Amino acid sequence: MKYLYYPGCSLEGSAREYDRSTRVFLTAAGAELTEIEGWTCCGASAAEATSRNLALALPARNLALAEKMGGTKEILVPCSACYLNLKAVEEKVKRDAALLDRINDILAAEGLHFAGRVRVRHLLEVIVRDIGPDLISKKTTRSLAGLSIAPYYGCQCLRPYAIFDDPEAPQSMAPIIEASGAAVHHWDMGGKCCGAAHMNTKMAVGMELVRSILSRARGADAVVTVCPMCQMNLEAYQDKISKLSGENLTVTVLYLPQLLGLVLGLSEQEVGLDLNLAVTAGFKEKLRESLDTAAWRRSNRLDNHRRMAADV
Amino acid sequence: MTTKVKEEIDFSDAAGSDDLTPVREMVQACIQCGTCTGSCPNEFAMDVTPRRLWRLVLTGQREEIFQSQTFTLCSACYYCTLRCPRGLPLTEAMGALKQLAAREGLTRHRQSILFYKSFLESVRRHGRVREMEFMTLYFNAMKNPLLPLRFAALGVKLMLKGKLPLQIPSKGGGALAALFRQAAELEEVP
Repeated sequence: MKYLYYPGCSLEGSAREYDRSTRVFLTAAGAELTEIEGWTCCGASAAEATSRNLALALPARNLALAEKMGGTKEILVPCSACYLNLKAVEEKVKRDAALLDRINDILAAEGLHFAGRVRVRHLLEVIVRDIGPDLISKKTTRSLAGLSIAPYYGCQCLRPYAIFDDPEAPQSMAPIIEASGAAVHHWDMGGKCCGAAHMNTKMAVGMELVRSILSRARGADAVVTVCPMCQMNLEAYQDKISKLSGENLTVTVLYLPQLLGLVLGLSEQEVGLDLNLAVTAGFKEKLRESLDTAAWRRSNRLDNHRRMAADV
Repeated sequence: MTTKVKEEIDFSDAAGSDDLTPVREMVQACIQCGTCTGSCPNEFAMDVTPRRLWRLVLTGQREEIFQSQTFTLCSACYYCTLRCPRGLPLTEAMGALKQLAAREGLTRHRQSILFYKSFLESVRRHGRVREMEFMTLYFNAMKNPLLPLRFAALGVKLMLKGKLPLQIPSKGGGALAALFRQAAELEEVP
C-alpha cells in the first residue's frame, strides 16, 4: 500500500490533527505515504467561483507534480474538497483531449506538463477498500465497545463521482466502525451538506444546515468526519447554534483516522485529540473506560489461556 | 433596485449575452422537472428556485439571474447533478454563474466575491493559502469593522490550539504569479 500524499492547505493549519492522525493511522495500518513535492492549493471552492481556468490549472498543477514523482501513481487525499478538485481534472481529461491541451497551455507557464496518468483516491476509499475492516479487526489492540459513532461523509467524497460508496445512502464507514468495536449510530444525515463555506459568507444558512445535522446526532457519543471543512462546521459553532435553537446540541466530533488510530493502540496525543474543538469531557471518560475494559478483558483472557496451558 | 443594479452592469441583451452562452449550453436539455429544486439543501434560503433559475438562463434574463442570490447559495453538494434526470452538470452551471458575477464585480454579490478573491490572492502569493492572511485580506476588502468580531471567538480558539500560525501577511514572491497570469490571459480564449 504505497501512495503519493496530498495533504492540502487546511491540514497544515486548522486541520493539523487530521494530517497527524492520517499519517500515524496509515503507518500503523501498514501503508506508506510520500508527500508530493512542492504541492500547492487545489483551488478549494474559491477557484470554481472565480475562474474556470484556475479551477482547472490549480488542481492540475499538483497532478503534474505527482506524475513527476515516479513510483506509484495513486494520490491519496484526506480533504474532500481537495479530492473532488483533483478527481474532477483526472476524470474530465479522460473524456476531453481538448481540455487536457487547454490545461497544459496554462501549466506551460511553470514548465509543467500533465499526461493524465494518475489515480486520485480519497482517504475514506483507501480505508474501506485497501485497508478494510478485516485488517482493522486483526490489528486492533483495543475496543470501543459501548460507544455509538455517527458516520458523517459530507458531500464531495460521494458526489458527483460515485467511486466507492452509494452517493444517496452512504454506508462504507459502517463495517469500519463496527470493526473498532463501536456501534453505528443510524441516521439519515451522513451524506447531507454541512453548508461548506456558507459559515463565512451566508452564516444563517450554514447554521441551519449544521443545526439539522447536529440535532440528528443526538444519542451518538461522537460524529466522525472525513473532511476538514465538514469537521470545522460541525465542531466550531455548537455553542452558538445550541443557544439559538434553545437545545443542547453539543457532541464530540472527530476525524475518522483519529478514532481508528486509538483503536490500533495509538495514544490520544498521537492522534491529536487535544487539537479538536468539540471533544466533551463525557466522551473522553467513556472512551478511556471503554479502552480500559477492553484491555482488562484481553489480559484476563490471556491469563486464563496461560492458566489453562499450565494446567495441561 | 433595478436601476442600482443596472449601474453596476449593463444587463441589456446586446452587451454580454454571449457570456451566458456556455451556461445555457449546460442546461439546454432542462425539462423543468424541478428535481434540482427538490434536492437542494439551500433552497429554503433562495429567492429564485434552481429550476426557475435554469429557465431564466434559457430565456436569457440576465437581470433576474444576477439580482437573485440563488447561485451564490449553491454549496456544491452535487445532489442536483447526481439526480438530474437529463444528466446536466447543474453544480458546474452554478459555478459558471458565480464566475460571471466575479468577473463583472457585481456589488450585490460583493461578499462572496471578495471572500474568494482574498483566498486566491493568498494562494497566488504563497502557493498554499495562509488562513490568517486570507481572512485579514477579506476583512480589509469588506471594510466592515464589525465583520471580524463574528470570527473573533473562533480565531482565538484556533490560536490557542496552535492551529493558526501567526504569519505576518506578506506579498511573498508571488509563488504562483506566472500560473495565475497565464490562466487570466487564456481566459479570453473560448
